[in-house]
Amino acid sequence: MNVVVCVKQIPDPATPGKLNADSNTLERAGKLILDESDSFGVEMALQLVDKAGGGEVTLVSMAPNDEVSGLRTALAMGAAKAILVSDPALAGSDSLTTAKVIAKSVERAGDIDLVLTATESTDGYTGTIPGQVAGLLDWPALTFAKEVEIADGTVKIQRQTEAGYDVVEASLPAVVSVTAGVVEPRYPSFKGIMAAKNKPVDKVTAADLGLDASEVGWSGARQQIVSVEKAPERQAGEKIEDDGSAYEQIVAYLEKLKVI
Amino acid sequence: MGLKIWVFAEADGDKPASATLELLTKAREIGETVEAVYVGANADALAGALGDYGASKVYAIDPGGRLPGVIGAAALAELLPANSPDIVLFAQSYDGRDAISLLSAKLDKPVLTNGFTIRLDGDKVIIGTQIFGGNTLVDAEFEGEAPYLAAIRPKSFAAEPGGGAPATVETVPTPDAGRAGEAKVLDHHVEEREGPKLEEAVVVVSGGRGLGSAENYGPLVDDLAKLLHGASGASRAIVDAGWVPYAKQVGQTGKTVKPKLYVAIGISGATQHMVGMKGSDNIIANNKDGEAPIYGIPDLGVVGDATKVVPKLIEALKARS
Repeated sequence: MNVVVCVKQIPDPATPGKLNADSNTLERAGKLILDESDSFGVEMALQLVDKAGGGEVTLVSMAPNDEVSGLRTALAMGAAKAILVSDPALAGSDSLTTAKVIAKSVERAGDIDLVLTATESTDGYTGTIPGQVAGLLDWPALTFAKEVEIADGTVKIQRQTEAGYDVVEASLPAVVSVTAGVVEPRYPSFKGIMAAKNKPVDKVTAADLGLDASEVGWSGARQQIVSVEKAPERQAGEKIEDDGSAYEQIVAYLEKLKVI
Repeated sequence: MGLKIWVFAEADGDKPASATLELLTKAREIGETVEAVYVGANADALAGALGDYGASKVYAIDPGGRLPGVIGAAALAELLPANSPDIVLFAQSYDGRDAISLLSAKLDKPVLTNGFTIRLDGDKVIIGTQIFGGNTLVDAEFEGEAPYLAAIRPKSFAAEPGGGAPATVETVPTPDAGRAGEAKVLDHHVEEREGPKLEEAVVVVSGGRGLGSAENYGPLVDDLAKLLHGASGASRAIVDAGWVPYAKQVGQTGKTVKPKLYVAIGISGATQHMVGMKGSDNIIANNKDGEAPIYGIPDLGVVGDATKVVPKLIEALKARS
């Protein structure tokens, strides 16, 4: 079974995010790391391929400046190879354009049974890529999976709902988005890290994927940022150290609010 | 000429979901004609409330054992050309996200998501979003031709009835959703929930890494939430760690809550989390690290070990009841 995992390489979420002063888009020029949300998809893919007893995991990523740091992390976990789409023409792409790039990359990856994604990225969090990619490929979209099972050419998931979960099934190939925490991502071993350095990364441009420069990036985006401003700040109130009796002040506060 | 706005409606049992009523209220404010598209059973039961909140008509589609978002996208793709609404609004919910993203691909139309405001500037439609944990507000406008597709985070607008007559129900045949329609819903599994839903609770108690272990979530967070007749939530860190399911996550990549009281236990206050809860009326935070970013916002901050503070609080509350 061959699985594509969509991975995003993002600025470290531990450092404060910035907007590019000219374009008002997220500043992504510095070093990027693997979005932790995607580590669940990578782990899930490795486990599914393992269970199927054959096949491989291919990563697909779109990133500026030929960035591979995050890809190397996922390759070190055990993915076999990667397609990296890096092209200045793609700067400013909206989510639908990004989905087009991913869908074309999945086609480039060859004979694929399953595409795994996170539910949304940590930085942009648009949350529409799984459905858009499925729509473009005309594959079923099984979203918000908290459990994934593959058997006899079908995929069955437990799909998160407000009330609990639904059991949803479709034939392969399909796109599945997995929720955070569904599996425990492995730490890359030393051997894995060394091996990752030599794993193939297929670097391509928008044109290589058959996408015209006029329909991607800034020229292809059909939405525009009109203003950016600071949100009003919330004022903090009282702060106390617990000396063993802080709970009494919490109780008093709850009484004041009349929630007890 | 006034705008025609469509709302992708969702149900919660035999009532419209609160996020749907919020969207209808806003649509009524900025639009002239408001109509709903609903995929699911019992459209007749929903028509009264949908009308009361502003929809004059509801297009009702039977999902036929398929996912509502998938069937919704296929139905909208067929309905939009003949009816030409200016804006189609979706809730940033599981099904709303399926519907808007599949429709986006079908129609080759861009989307704006995670909206928390909608405003009109002349004939421009502008959607506001929050980034960097809500400390920066970004307004974006649609270019090109209508209809504009936008997803709005629940709790962005108050839901207020407008006293409209029940919506007329127009049944639309279940469309052929192509390969997307191959995804069959085999079973609905309802997990028992004590107390209110996370997004509707008056009190929300959330836990984070500072709880120390997954085993502490029940006795500290769930139990306190129960005593306060509230719902329990979580930071992303413990959802990622598999302690609690994604549905409990409060934050940028989770849910937005605006309760009367939010209690953050063992949560450091990553920007990821703050955007989902800083709109709460009142906030109590308890964390070991007095320098944690969470202390920038609470009305009452209690610096101390959650495993010491919370059990005493629970004892005191139990003694009162």
